[in-house]
Amino acid sequence: MADTHSTVEEHSAHSEHSPYLRHHFDDMAQQFDSATLGMWVFLLTEIMFFGGMFGAYTVYRSMYPEAFASTSAHMNPLWGAVNTAVLIVSSLSMALAVRAARIGEQKALQILLLVTIFFGLCFLGVKAIEYHEHWVDMKVPLIGGHWDYSEAPQFARQAQIMFCFYFFMTGFHALHMVVGVALMLTIFVMARRGTFSPAYFTPVEVSGLYWHFVDIVWIFLFPLLYLIGHTKKII
Amino acid sequence: MHSIPSVRTYVIIWAILTFMTFTTYAVAQIDLGPWNIVVALLIAFFKMMLVILFFMNVKADSPLTKLFAGAGFFWLILLLGQFFVDYLTRSWMPEGQMW
Repeated sequence: MADTHSTVEEHSAHSEHSPYLRHHFDDMAQQFDSATLGMWVFLLTEIMFFGGMFGAYTVYRSMYPEAFASTSAHMNPLWGAVNTAVLIVSSLSMALAVRAARIGEQKALQILLLVTIFFGLCFLGVKAIEYHEHWVDMKVPLIGGHWDYSEAPQFARQAQIMFCFYFFMTGFHALHMVVGVALMLTIFVMARRGTFSPAYFTPVEVSGLYWHFVDIVWIFLFPLLYLIGHTKKII
Repeated sequence: MHSIPSVRTYVIIWAILTFMTFTTYAVAQIDLGPWNIVVALLIAFFKMMLVILFFMNVKADSPLTKLFAGAGFFWLILLLGQFFVDYLTRSWMPEGQMW
C-alpha cells in the first residue's frame, strides 16, 4: 500500500489534498483500496451469477452426455479459439492501459483504451457471425423455436437444453461485453478530458477489473461449450 | 496501491495465455476419454489464475482484497460442491434403493 504518491497525500490530507479525495477517506491510497475492494465485492456477485449457470449446465450435461456431445458438431471450436485469443489480447491492452494511467502516459492510455474497445467489438462481431450460423442451421430453440435436429432425432429434445444453455451463457457474456465496451468508451472520454493522473486513476483500474473478469468467464465458457464433442462420456 | 509491473511482465503473461489457448484447442482434438474435460478445465483454471494474479494484479493488492477475492471462489466451490454432491452421485445408488 505504501507507494510514492500516497506519502505526499498523507502529509497534506487536510490542507491541500487532491480534488478527487472524498472526505470520508484518510488519503488517496485508502480511497483506492476501498474502490478496488468494492469492485471485487461486485465481481463476487457476478461469480455467483455465472456460477449458478455453470452448475446447472454441468448437471444437465452429466444427465445427457451423449446428447450434449452430439451438439458439438454444430459448434465451431475455431471461432471459439479465435475469440478466446481476441479477448486475451484485449485483456493485455486493458492491463497496459491501467499501467499507462498509473504512470501518467495520457496518449498511451487513450490509444490502449481504443485498442481494447476494438478487440471487444471484434469479439462481438465473431459472436454475431456464430449466432447467425446457428440461426441458418436451425439451432435456435428459443423465441418461436427455430429448431431442427433431424440429424440425430433421438437427442432432439435434450439437445434443445444444451442450446438453451449455450444461448443464455454466451448471451449473458456478450451482454457483459457490451456493457464493458460502453464502460471503456466512458473511460476513454474521461481520459481525453484529462481526468486521470498518477494520483487518480481509480475508474480505469476498476473498469479494468471488470474487463478481466468478463475475460475469465469466457476462458471457462470456451472449453465447456466448444470442446466437449471429442469425448463420448463426460464426467 | 503498489509497485507497477513492467510491460515485459504483461506481455509474457499474454504469451502464456495465448499458448495455453492453442494447447487446449489442440488437446481437444485428441481423444483422452474422460480426461479431455479434466485437462480443459485445469488449463482454464491455470489461465484464470494468471489473469487474476497479474492482469488484475491481485498479487499486489491489499490482504483484505485478496481475502475477498478468495472468499468469492470459496463460496463458488460451496455452491458447485453441493450441486454435484447431490446430482452427480444419484446414479451411484441402484434404482429403488435410495436411502
